[in-house]
Amino acid sequence: MPVVAEPEQESEAQLEARFEAVINRKDRVEPRDWMPDAYRRTLVRQVAQHAHSEIIGMQPEGAWIGRAPSLRRKAILLAKVQDEAGHGLYLYSAAETLGVSRQELTEMLISGRQKYSSIFNYPTLSYADVGTIGWLVDGAAICNQVPLCRTSFGPYGRAMIRICKEESFHQRQGYELLMTMMRGTDEQRAMVQESVDRFWWPSLMMFGPPDDESPNTARSMAWGVKTHTNDELRQRFVDMTVPQAKALGVTLPDPELVWNEERGAHDFGQPDWDEFWDVVKGNGPCNAQRVAHRKKAWDDGAWVREAALAFAAGDGSDTSSDTSSDTSDGPRTA
Amino acid sequence: MTSEIRGEWPLYEVFVRGKRGLNHVHVGSLHAPDDQLALRHARDVYTRRNEGVSIWVVRSSAITASSPDEKDPLFAPSGDKVYRHPTFYDIPADVPHM
Repeated sequence: MPVVAEPEQESEAQLEARFEAVINRKDRVEPRDWMPDAYRRTLVRQVAQHAHSEIIGMQPEGAWIGRAPSLRRKAILLAKVQDEAGHGLYLYSAAETLGVSRQELTEMLISGRQKYSSIFNYPTLSYADVGTIGWLVDGAAICNQVPLCRTSFGPYGRAMIRICKEESFHQRQGYELLMTMMRGTDEQRAMVQESVDRFWWPSLMMFGPPDDESPNTARSMAWGVKTHTNDELRQRFVDMTVPQAKALGVTLPDPELVWNEERGAHDFGQPDWDEFWDVVKGNGPCNAQRVAHRKKAWDDGAWVREAALAFAAGDGSDTSSDTSSDTSDGPRTA
Repeated sequence: MTSEIRGEWPLYEVFVRGKRGLNHVHVGSLHAPDDQLALRHARDVYTRRNEGVSIWVVRSSAITASSPDEKDPLFAPSGDKVYRHPTFYDIPADVPHM
């Protein structure tokens, strides 16, 4: 006699109703739950794009590890770039619960079928950029990511919680780096301002196109995947950043930026959306370089992945001879 | 699905004990060629800031999970047994230490 009754075959409509009920209760959807195909596809796209951004995001800053101005800065930058790798792995792990494989995702990235955040298609021209990326780019990422901790898909939200905990170090190290430079020479202050000038507009673009040109936003919000619109988050970021810029002593390169007493928020200019779409389409300063670098790392690592598998599946003959020499009690010569 | 992709390392689920006295809690997953490397990778990916004192890794394929579709029948047996909860029993307010 079966202990567990056979589950009744539910109609699509019943399944959909139950899914909607979970969403409306602001409960979480978990990997083994039934979900509409479009919801699954939206999440795969968003989580994968987010994972790719973390991985590609290692490149602009990683380029400066070998040229860090002190051992302290080098250790910090290494730790930060390691975190980006970790964040990518958390997110790939979340994406996989939706039924895609990590390898597929990597192949989609290097063949250009999936995107990553356009911000990483801009070059890092000076060490000040390491600070600016921490302050502005990670600051914008935090604005985006904090609400995503409550996104409707459980594994994505849990990955975001983990990431947000670590992200605060990223922003603070960047701001501290810039503060240090601002206390330095005129030349160093000019480097900071120049860097902020280059990264301000691309940072605003990180929130995506304006709400009236973001066709997926309404549906993502109805599903609880997104909880705020692009423009809401962009506004929040500007309002948070203005006093930080003032404390730092830099000017944000927007002549329209002004406090609006009535709204209780800053008015600000629009980024160049033509440039945004152009970079999304692959024509940014570093698109080709970023993907080529990722592809090279993937191709160059193929033998390692294969060798590790072969070793794990191995017959042990190589291992046993290694082990016997390792456990030998005899003295070792240098 | 995942395991059939050519040459992909198997998937492991990772559980971390935050400190002594707490349960191991599921934190995510990762790919590794074997158990030992899965532990190493779990340390690098999930405990970069002393998040744990102990890690378990287990092949995802070794986990048997209840199906969400069975939720009602599977958990039904405990649903109507309110007498398993202490609040089911009325005890006069003047009875001490109960």
